[in-house]
Amino acid sequence: MAGPTLLKESGPREVFCGLTSIVWLHRRMPDAFFLVVGSRTCAHLIQSAAGVMIFAEPRFGTAILSERDLAGLADAHEELDRVARELLQRRPEIRTLFLVGSCPSEVIKLDLARAAERLNEELQGRVRVVNYSGSGIETTFTQGEDGALAALVPLLPASDERQLLLVGTLADAVEDRLIHLFGRLGINRVSSLPPSQSTALPAVGPGTTVLLTQPFLTETARLLRDRGATVLTAPFPLGAEGSRRWMEAGAQAFDVAPSQVATVLDPLMERARIALEPHRQVLAGKRIFLLPESQLELPLARFLQRECGMELVEVGTPYLNRDQMAEELALLPEGTPVMEGQHVELQLDRVRDSAPDLVVCGMGLANPLEAEGIATKWSIELVFSPIHGIDQAGDLAELFSRPLRRRELIHPALHPTQPDHPVHA
Amino acid sequence: MDLTLWTYEGPPHVGAIRIAASMDGVHYVLHAPQGDTYADLLFTMIERRGQRPPVTYTTFQARDLGGDTAELVKRHVREAVDRFQPDALLVGESCTAELIQDQPGALAQGMGLTMPVVSLELPAYSKKENWGAAETLYQLTRGLLKQDVPAAQPQHDPKRWQQQGRRPRVNLLGPSLLGFRCRDDVLEVQTLLTMHGIDVAVVAPLGAGVEDLKRIPDADLNICLYPEVAESTCIWLERNFGMPFTRTVPIGVGATHDFLVEVHTALGLEPPSPEEGYRRSRLPWYSESVDSTYLTGKRVFIFGDGSHAIAAARICSEELGFQVVGLGTYSREMARPVRAAAKALGLEALICDDYLKVEAAMAEAAPELVLGTQMERHSAKRLGLPCAVISTPMHVQDVPARRSPQMGWEGANVIFDDWVHPLMMGLEEHLIGMFRHDFEFVDGHQSHLGHAGGAGAASGVPDLSDGPEVDEDALVWTPDGEAELKKIPFFVRGKVRRNAEAYARQVGCKEISSETLYDAKAHYKA
Ligand code: SF4
Ligand code: SF4
Repeated sequence: MAGPTLLKESGPREVFCGLTSIVWLHRRMPDAFFLVVGSRTCAHLIQSAAGVMIFAEPRFGTAILSERDLAGLADAHEELDRVARELLQRRPEIRTLFLVGSCPSEVIKLDLARAAERLNEELQGRVRVVNYSGSGIETTFTQGEDGALAALVPLLPASDERQLLLVGTLADAVEDRLIHLFGRLGINRVSSLPPSQSTALPAVGPGTTVLLTQPFLTETARLLRDRGATVLTAPFPLGAEGSRRWMEAGAQAFDVAPSQVATVLDPLMERARIALEPHRQVLAGKRIFLLPESQLELPLARFLQRECGMELVEVGTPYLNRDQMAEELALLPEGTPVMEGQHVELQLDRVRDSAPDLVVCGMGLANPLEAEGIATKWSIELVFSPIHGIDQAGDLAELFSRPLRRRELIHPALHPTQPDHPVHA
Repeated sequence: MDLTLWTYEGPPHVGAIRIAASMDGVHYVLHAPQGDTYADLLFTMIERRGQRPPVTYTTFQARDLGGDTAELVKRHVREAVDRFQPDALLVGESCTAELIQDQPGALAQGMGLTMPVVSLELPAYSKKENWGAAETLYQLTRGLLKQDVPAAQPQHDPKRWQQQGRRPRVNLLGPSLLGFRCRDDVLEVQTLLTMHGIDVAVVAPLGAGVEDLKRIPDADLNICLYPEVAESTCIWLERNFGMPFTRTVPIGVGATHDFLVEVHTALGLEPPSPEEGYRRSRLPWYSESVDSTYLTGKRVFIFGDGSHAIAAARICSEELGFQVVGLGTYSREMARPVRAAAKALGLEALICDDYLKVEAAMAEAAPELVLGTQMERHSAKRLGLPCAVISTPMHVQDVPARRSPQMGWEGANVIFDDWVHPLMMGLEEHLIGMFRHDFEFVDGHQSHLGHAGGAGAASGVPDLSDGPEVDEDALVWTPDGEAELKKIPFFVRGKVRRNAEAYARQVGCKEISSETLYDAKAHYKA
């Protein structure tokens, strides 16, 4: 069969767990609080992933299990209630409390669903308590967002109204822009999940057409389907081409005339082409290796290959949902190695052997690779940056061209080739 | 269950990784889920290191739990040994693995490996990072040296270098990665000792290999540079090999001198002159110079790890002429000496790992300078107070490209600059009287030092406690009192507010007007 070569491997991984998505979710919903029920490790993880102490008073925290909690689960439930109460008293502005499961709480089978139920009863609607798991034994990095959104789906009000629902956390400016563009296509009822106010939950029902903005929302999509919504499959809105096809899928579902789509999007595509050009000059012909982390790897690879002219050495992904990714896979060149799972040591061996020009990887691997002379790009940056949509295609490309341009700028001076031209005194 | 928003220390296995990553030829197989690999970024990003820490994570998943996770551990141990061929292997588990009780250490020990295998048991639900680092260094040293422990009473004599016709030599124990300025401190202490004709034999764990640890007993004396990491190892070496170790951490001019005296005395050398610090460091003269007069009695709040907090308290009170108004630590293991240091200053130590309580104590103490960790830096910013960072937890800012030691004579210089600069804008304090109506001093015109300013120390932390702390004798500031207070430069406003309130309470008045302010001023100047 034509298309990419799908491979699998397992072994030691170097991937964040699902708790990490709290770091962007808490910024998206400022009236929500994420309480991890876990260990000191979990607390240290989100602290470190959040850039070590950016805010004095974050909207996430950890209820750290102690020996006592492990000894008696009944007490652990009481303790959790106490901590939650204490927290809500301290932070009366909180409207939604997410209880986030971790590996330790999963292993000791602490029932967070029951805890949420209990707290909901006690709080009588003042604060809504939901739960999901971000544990590293079950989820990677971005799957935490899937868990959080999936936990909200049962709370969405029902509605038969015809509407478009964008699912996945986007930067505010990007979201506004996309909604505006759908409006110009004549789709005027557009809402999003997660909402920027945790209590302003969008409605869902048989009239709802869902466009996923992120590829990692499998469970959320499934639950939305169960609520009667139609979930479209399309390439994801990264790069001009992907974004256009993604918008077209939406337009088609709403019977927007192709001529109308062309009128609105053609000028955008032309502008994106101009914006992409300088980056394409840097990136074309360069070889890129994507290590698995964010699950954005496939759409990114597709964009980098088709729109920036890069050569794909290997495309890693922590998990591959073939249905959701069918359209992305179809756009990858024949024979592209797509590696699901990871054996980090073997994968790094392949990186070294293939000597790519750029590697997309997690934060722990970037500097060691740079020290080996390989330029890198953090995958976490791609989850945080406004990169969705046709208008952002240039910016997205810039994220990849910058490390290469930087090398060109400083490498000759820092690594002089003539021995009579020393750098360090 | 404890609610934590930010934490001062990571879990104990992160302490173990610090030891493994500090050394050459040591590999750590950690039974842990994939997310625990975040620990790597502490080294590669915060310390900006070009190597991954030498750790193999077993990355077990939920679906493995029903099956044979023990086999998974063995497979990873075998692969790690084949690939990295370490001189010593550490095997342990993180918090999640502790719950499933695979005992990876015992499994590895049963595999017939040729290198020393140290099984680490680091209770994740009761201990923390520094303890984990100390325990790992101790277990590793003990594992490598236990067959060399003399059967009879140890005959170690720290003065034997004299008979052996060589220079005395010492070991520096405790410096590690993710320790506050350790890299620079080692260089500084080495220079200091060399100047005094003392050689450094082994530095561990930072930069040491397995063979180096085995050489530890060949030295005459152990220097316990970071008690948080090295004390248990030093105690074991003293008990089993008879090697004495030093108690003074050479941070500050006085402590550096005491340290030299301690080292010289133990080695049977003539102690150096007390004048040395004055000649070698700029801190003493800078502190005596007329420009420093404004530092007199500045109220300082100190919080950090045990060693750095104790050192800071001494430097503040004895060498900079500050008044220490708060002293505390998050290191429970160091609670005793910190309590003693606080008591000597007439204070009660704050032993606590909840940064919000520390912030509350800080607000309550209304200091003019905060010496703390990155967390106190944030709290201080919220309170509009100047702050310098003196201790871990590490932040990328605490790993400067230039040398910036805390120990020894140069360390004292660095400390003078780092701690006094945030107070610099007070330099003109004596000019306040003259310039008090100058618009430069009015809110909104802040210094180039970038203070949050404006609010002043005693604006309090209204959002800190929702508990009704309604004080029966709550003081009220009249509008005219508030207005007068606003005219006072923001960097001394906290102190003035505090004095005025103290005065009002003392004289039993409930309202503070501009008159009260002047009364208080007269009272305190008198
Ligand atoms: S992998 Fe598990 S134990 Fe580790 S930080 Fe994530 S949830 Fe916590
Ligand atoms: S801004 Fe003015 S008052 Fe502040 S330090 Fe600079 S010169 Fe001094």
